[in-house]
Amino acid sequence: MTGTRIVVGLDGSPSGERALAFAKEKARQIGDCTIMICYVIEWSPFSFQTAEENAARHLRREEEIATATTRVVDPAVAATRAEGLAAEGIVRHGDVAEILDEIAVAQGGSQIIIGRVGAKGLKERLFGGVSGRLIATASVPVTIIP
Amino acid sequence: MKQLQFLMVALAALFVPVAALAQDVAQEAMTLDQRVNALFASSTGWFVNFIFAPIPGTGFAWIVLWLVVAATVFTLYFGFIQFRVARHSLALVAGKYSDPRDAGEVSHFQALATALSGTVGLGNIAGVAVAVSIGGAGATFWMILAGLLGMASKFTECTLGVKYRNEYPNGTVSGGPMYYITKGFAERGLPGGKILAVMFSIFCVLGALGGGNMFQANQAHQQIAGVVGDYPGWITGLIFAAVVFAVIVGGIKSIARVTEKVVPFMGVLYVGVALIIILMNADQILWAFGQIIDGAFTGNGIVGGMVGALIQGFRRAAFSNEAGVGSAAIAHSAVRTKEPITEGFVSLLEPFIDTVVICTMTALVIIITGQLMTDPDTGLYLIGENGRVVTATGAAGVGLTSAAFASAFGWFPYLLVVAVILFAFSTMISWSYYGLKAWTYMFGEGQVQELSFKILFCVFIVIGAAASLDPVIDFSDAAIFAMAVVNIIGLYALMPIVKRELNSYLARLKSGEIKRFKP
Repeated sequence: MTGTRIVVGLDGSPSGERALAFAKEKARQIGDCTIMICYVIEWSPFSFQTAEENAARHLRREEEIATATTRVVDPAVAATRAEGLAAEGIVRHGDVAEILDEIAVAQGGSQIIIGRVGAKGLKERLFGGVSGRLIATASVPVTIIP
Repeated sequence: MKQLQFLMVALAALFVPVAALAQDVAQEAMTLDQRVNALFASSTGWFVNFIFAPIPGTGFAWIVLWLVVAATVFTLYFGFIQFRVARHSLALVAGKYSDPRDAGEVSHFQALATALSGTVGLGNIAGVAVAVSIGGAGATFWMILAGLLGMASKFTECTLGVKYRNEYPNGTVSGGPMYYITKGFAERGLPGGKILAVMFSIFCVLGALGGGNMFQANQAHQQIAGVVGDYPGWITGLIFAAVVFAVIVGGIKSIARVTEKVVPFMGVLYVGVALIIILMNADQILWAFGQIIDGAFTGNGIVGGMVGALIQGFRRAAFSNEAGVGSAAIAHSAVRTKEPITEGFVSLLEPFIDTVVICTMTALVIIITGQLMTDPDTGLYLIGENGRVVTATGAAGVGLTSAAFASAFGWFPYLLVVAVILFAFSTMISWSYYGLKAWTYMFGEGQVQELSFKILFCVFIVIGAAASLDPVIDFSDAAIFAMAVVNIIGLYALMPIVKRELNSYLARLKSGEIKRFKP
């Protein structure tokens, strides 16, 4: 693993696109830099499901990964590479803030860049949104793109 | 095809008396509810009588002995596994041994929660009330003992459920006794696996229609009627059937999802309120336990004495936690794990939560609030004409639990109505799945097969709500215990396989080969 690595969180929204654009700009400035394009599917091992949902869970998981990969991550990776930059795609399940930090630590990422997600629901107001939790817990510098 | 014919004959036999009775009934002016009730009681009586037949020369139902012996055998064979691995079970549920790469798959917690939402239900509220009103406070002792022993049965069946499940190429899974009995018997070279699996499936369909459906509808109706005033049961049945139909046939997942989220909350709330009532009567706790232990061995004047208390305790515990019945093996088989035994470890928490904690809470509240009337001179229970202990308000079933809680908090019956409806609903959804799995095992997977079962299931909701408690409870118990007859034969035959898995896993856990991913 040589060069700098930047972790970018995408969620298929315009703010995620802006985060990626910002990351590309950084990568160009840095030079020898790989952009890790990550899509985290929000998932908790402590949620409640029906027996029928459980039985089809493995199938759903594969579908979710395939959708995220083909619709969001692969096109983003291809577009980034087309601009002459190094990029890798990652799709994972779990808590977004936790997983982005985990990827940064495991892959030697020097910073995390995500788009801002507006806190809308009651849950987000009470427990803080993804950006808030990431800032509070991240092991590397975090940039939030408005 | 042979299986199909076999089932048709079995189902037909169940409904033959229906036609004969229909004529008699037509001559008398009866309400729709009474008609459904009479029809139902007469068409299922033979089955109930067979399952609850006493051992010749005693008053002890052979089926209860069957369950007790099985739970004891598994407890001894696996060296009190339920106490040895409890800590490891909790660590598994907390996800400490889950590979992060499996994130997004069904977790141990989810499999346990799903199975629990199928078992925590009216058995814990109404079933316990039935147990103490027939068996006295002493029934609680036997219920707790049955819960503790049942943990070993659950461990055995759920390990096998995961080990021998079917994984289809498209990524979905199907598991349960019908699969482990067929595959496991073939592996061990034992005959009769296929026949036993079909028998289990037939009983599982009946159990799904009985305890997983009619009993729930019946008690939900009684509870609603108790609050809003009496009205015909088939109305409640129709409404329930419509909602269940919308979920299992219409695929309206949002309803199921809301229930799945509210049910655990209601469970916690129920236990919380029970604890408060018990603490409010803290000075009575020792007396209540005295009643329980005293009654367990003397019966305190109930019909059938100590044996009567024991039978009720074991019967209601088995009905509530379903250990040895085989239903949980269906629910637990969807978990993602490389080690089937880990799901066994997790599943043994289920009878503990369901019976040792929640059922005991209900029983304690009923006893502590003085619902069971005793003779002030002798200290023995007052027995009514129906052979049951006379209760303070004359209520039975879920009504008794409601009265007990209401004596402390006047608003509780309203909360209980909501809880009962939700519990009944979530149990029905779970059992519709168990029944469906058994049904498709016999008839094959397919749209027509699935739809026919789902419609049948909804029809039985209406019947269950309209019939009266006793025939429904008898049939529900009989069907569920019939599942246990077949399942436990399978468990005896396959328990050496579980032992091998257990020894191998524990050795690897000790050597550090089984990795812990989180501290």
